[in-house]
Amino acid sequence: MDILFLLVSISVLLVLAIMAVFGWAVYNGQLDHLDREGERILHDD
Amino acid sequence: MSVSAVNATVYNDRVVRQFAIMTIVWGVVGMLVGVIIAAQLAWPELNFGISWLSYGRLRPLHTNAVIFAFGGSGLIATSYYVVQRTCHTRLISDKLAEFTFWGWQAVIVAAAITLPMGYTQSREYAELEWPIDLLITAVWVAYAFVFFGTVGIRKVRHIYVANWFYGAFIIAVAMLHVVNNIALPVGFMKSYSVYAGVQDAMVQWWYGHNAVGFFLTAGFLGMMYYYIPKQAGRPVYSYRLSIVHFWALIFTYMWAGPHHLHYTALPDWTQSVGMVFSLILLAPSWGGMINGIMTLSGAWHKLRDDPILRFLIVSLSFYGMSTFEGPMMSIKTVNALSHYTDWTIGHVHSGALGWVGFITMGSMYYLIPRLFGQKQMHSIKAIEVHFWTATIGIVLYIAAMWIAGVMQGLMWRSINPDGSLTYTFVESVKATYPFYVVRLGGGLLYFGGMCLMAWNVYMTAMAGVRTKAINSVRIPQPQVAHA
Repeated sequence: MDILFLLVSISVLLVLAIMAVFGWAVYNGQLDHLDREGERILHDD
Repeated sequence: MSVSAVNATVYNDRVVRQFAIMTIVWGVVGMLVGVIIAAQLAWPELNFGISWLSYGRLRPLHTNAVIFAFGGSGLIATSYYVVQRTCHTRLISDKLAEFTFWGWQAVIVAAAITLPMGYTQSREYAELEWPIDLLITAVWVAYAFVFFGTVGIRKVRHIYVANWFYGAFIIAVAMLHVVNNIALPVGFMKSYSVYAGVQDAMVQWWYGHNAVGFFLTAGFLGMMYYYIPKQAGRPVYSYRLSIVHFWALIFTYMWAGPHHLHYTALPDWTQSVGMVFSLILLAPSWGGMINGIMTLSGAWHKLRDDPILRFLIVSLSFYGMSTFEGPMMSIKTVNALSHYTDWTIGHVHSGALGWVGFITMGSMYYLIPRLFGQKQMHSIKAIEVHFWTATIGIVLYIAAMWIAGVMQGLMWRSINPDGSLTYTFVESVKATYPFYVVRLGGGLLYFGGMCLMAWNVYMTAMAGVRTKAINSVRIPQPQVAHA
């Protein structure tokens, strides 16, 4: 099952990357005013 | 016509139009091959002794055509449309977007030529040989650049949830494609995988299940989160839930792959990890389904008169069914019966025809009139007929496969009192025959519906071309603050 060294490593890196992206989202205000954002797409064309 | 994205006042819908039309074309082609191989399983004479028409070679042509040609073109078309409109900006590069279109079509044509010729890496959903894999990589890098680059130059600060799903789909597919296809080329169309044995199996099914989870699920959820609110004229039921749904889904999907390898040489503990995560996956999947369906809360009456909305909402019902059935089949004891039977095929197709097919069709019915300057599709009645024909087709298909699958599983495990097998394998094949015929019937109905859609799309597009109604859509400009 040596392949797990590769697969688990990739997965862990991926998890770290995911956490980093999530952190960015929170600090960039992506998770503020969610109700307004959900409605916004209905205002165009 | 290439325009600098920074100065652009209109969206690039040309590449969207190109991909949307090819979605319909490849849908017809892929489903036609599906119907052919379904017929061959019932009547093997239909192989005609010609190698290029043999079932073994046509099957991967079918899977690649419906997933990558039909599904892929639909995803790229809608993601280019959605990212522009939710970011209020034109695509970052018209030239690169154009390259992704022609490059993707070249991949598909290469598949259509090489697979019937027998060139294959024998990896499910990754059969294409190494030169085509390299082309896919090049197209995908360009696609990622266009998509994320466009998000990067957005004029709206918030990144709409659909774009998160599309983004995860693009990144995951890039990773999966590269890792699974690493191989040593030994000839123009021949290579050997760097993996072997059960390790190879694990990599393949890590890929295979995530192809389902990120290509066929996350990507189409992105489609769902835009086109259902737009068609229903209502915002997503709970935008908050859509975000939770996104993170939970992408987190858990990566680990479900081992459920394809129950009771094989894969270590027991790895199988258990796959089983547990597959069961956990039920929760975020249903969260998304409920979120999409409940978007119609207060507007259920619209389902009465709008067949496009019906496609979109019913797609979620099938999504719910498949994401319940899948975890159930991931349970080892259940899998001991279902593995290698036609129940697996039934499960695949309830997801493929019901969820992926219907959400794509509904989204295309929304998109295509707008791309051709029309108020609506040429014939709403034809959409109605398509919906009912396709739905009946799906039901026939999966019911036939459920019955056949459970029957096969039971026959194979049936043991006489003296310990010998009750049935020979060929007896189970013979018993499956009527179900193969019914499945062909279901598939023919679904394919017929797709042909009706192709006609409807053709008439709509021609009306737009004839009356020169195709117009460029202006990008809303940011409000300027007044004193």
